[in-house]
Amino acid sequence: MDPRPLFEFEAVRVDGRTAAAPRLDAVSLTVPAHGITVVVGPSGAGKSTLLRVCNRLDVPDAGTVRLDGQDTATLDVLALRRRVGMVFQQPTPFPGTVRDNLQVAQPGLPDAEAAEILARCLLDPAFLDRPATELSGGEQQRVCLARTLATKPDVLLMDEPTSALDQPATLGLERLARRLADDDIPILWVSHDLAQMARIADHVIVLIGGRVAHVGEPATLTSTAPPAVRDFLGGAATAEERGEP
Amino acid sequence: MNSDIGWSGLGISAALVAIALGISAWQRLGVERTLLWSSLRAAVQLVLVGVALHFILAPNRSLGWSWLWVGGMVVFASLTVWLRARDVPGVLPLALVAFSASLAVTLGVLLGLQVFPIDARTVVPLSGLIVGNSLAATVLVGRRVYEELRDKRPEVEARLALGQSAHDAAQPYVRSSIRSALIPQIETTKAVGIIFLPGAMTGLILAGADPLDAVRVQIAVMYVVLASVATTTSIVGLGVARRLFTSDHRAVQLTRKAD
Repeated sequence: MDPRPLFEFEAVRVDGRTAAAPRLDAVSLTVPAHGITVVVGPSGAGKSTLLRVCNRLDVPDAGTVRLDGQDTATLDVLALRRRVGMVFQQPTPFPGTVRDNLQVAQPGLPDAEAAEILARCLLDPAFLDRPATELSGGEQQRVCLARTLATKPDVLLMDEPTSALDQPATLGLERLARRLADDDIPILWVSHDLAQMARIADHVIVLIGGRVAHVGEPATLTSTAPPAVRDFLGGAATAEERGEP
Repeated sequence: MNSDIGWSGLGISAALVAIALGISAWQRLGVERTLLWSSLRAAVQLVLVGVALHFILAPNRSLGWSWLWVGGMVVFASLTVWLRARDVPGVLPLALVAFSASLAVTLGVLLGLQVFPIDARTVVPLSGLIVGNSLAATVLVGRRVYEELRDKRPEVEARLALGQSAHDAAQPYVRSSIRSALIPQIETTKAVGIIFLPGAMTGLILAGADPLDAVRVQIAVMYVVLASVATTTSIVGLGVARRLFTSDHRAVQLTRKAD
């Protein structure tokens, strides 16, 4: 375990539409400051909410979220969001060229720097002049990642970023994430896809019904899991067998 | 005055409604009832307004009555905006502020700089023009800002996630909404005189005024309308956008009404 985790959740609760069913309940966990941490769980488990409280697009109704030991509620929220970049489930290109998109993140960003960021996302510099909304889904999602990198974040939140992509684009984005994580940008990645978890995770958090059900390393995850979690992960082995012979 | 058509003249002009009724019956349009009802209703409404204005515009009447009339107009217009854009949060107080501010600005210029004298004969009709002509644009902007920010929420949140403030994140959508509400007004201003003769001018000429005087009044009126539409739409547009974010730059959860 790291001496200093990236995120620390302490008894975090986020209320839902009805008080009876909170979206997150008594969530205490730590996210290590390196590698890719994958949050898995069935739909409605609160995975996206967990991510959204990290950059305060949602705020906890109780409990504390700390980044590098600092309570995020005490930080300037706009500065926090530039430190904690986020890529969403659906690509969200803004109208205009790819350059325009990057300049929303970093006004006045010079082309040389923009090209460098695109290269990190395996996009040719020629993309700068292309209308962002006319790119393919996979390209759009990489532009969104590039746009996020333009704020020079310390950490990336990825909210099911491949759910709108086909298989080649999915694998491409996963490889990209691996390189960024190896370059020392830790990633918190939400997925409902257990095969994907098996491919990219260094650490795993299993969320069920708004609560942390299990935490572990992918290799030993199933063997150390309590029975309820093993039922959920049961899908992992079969999906893995099917997807990766 | 040579333009006084008198009650008998009014009766004769009512024969024109009969023409419309005849056409409706002949072509089986089935609108005879509403046609008759609307014509009657318009006549009654306008006669009532005429009686009220007759009282307000009487010589030596206190100007307070005019301002009371203007206040009533602002309230009525704001209620209309609210009725037509009821799901937009906070639209009623915003409309009240917008119409009041637009009146303050435009009347401030026109009366303050003595373009028109401060008189019941100027205050009441000018206020009517200002409020009446900005009504549709105000409704449009309120609805559009709300719908844009609701339907493009993923895009808006992506902007927030990049560290943009709520104001900056909303700006592209507010700007396009205000533009789309202003453009028809600008187009109308361009076409004036060529395609149609506007109401104020037509009225003045019918009432026997010199066409050049009528034109001067009409030009002033058009400028007033442009200014008032710009004022009300920007106040309502920015105000609605503000209501859709929290003070710590989060998008307010909006539920789409099942319809």
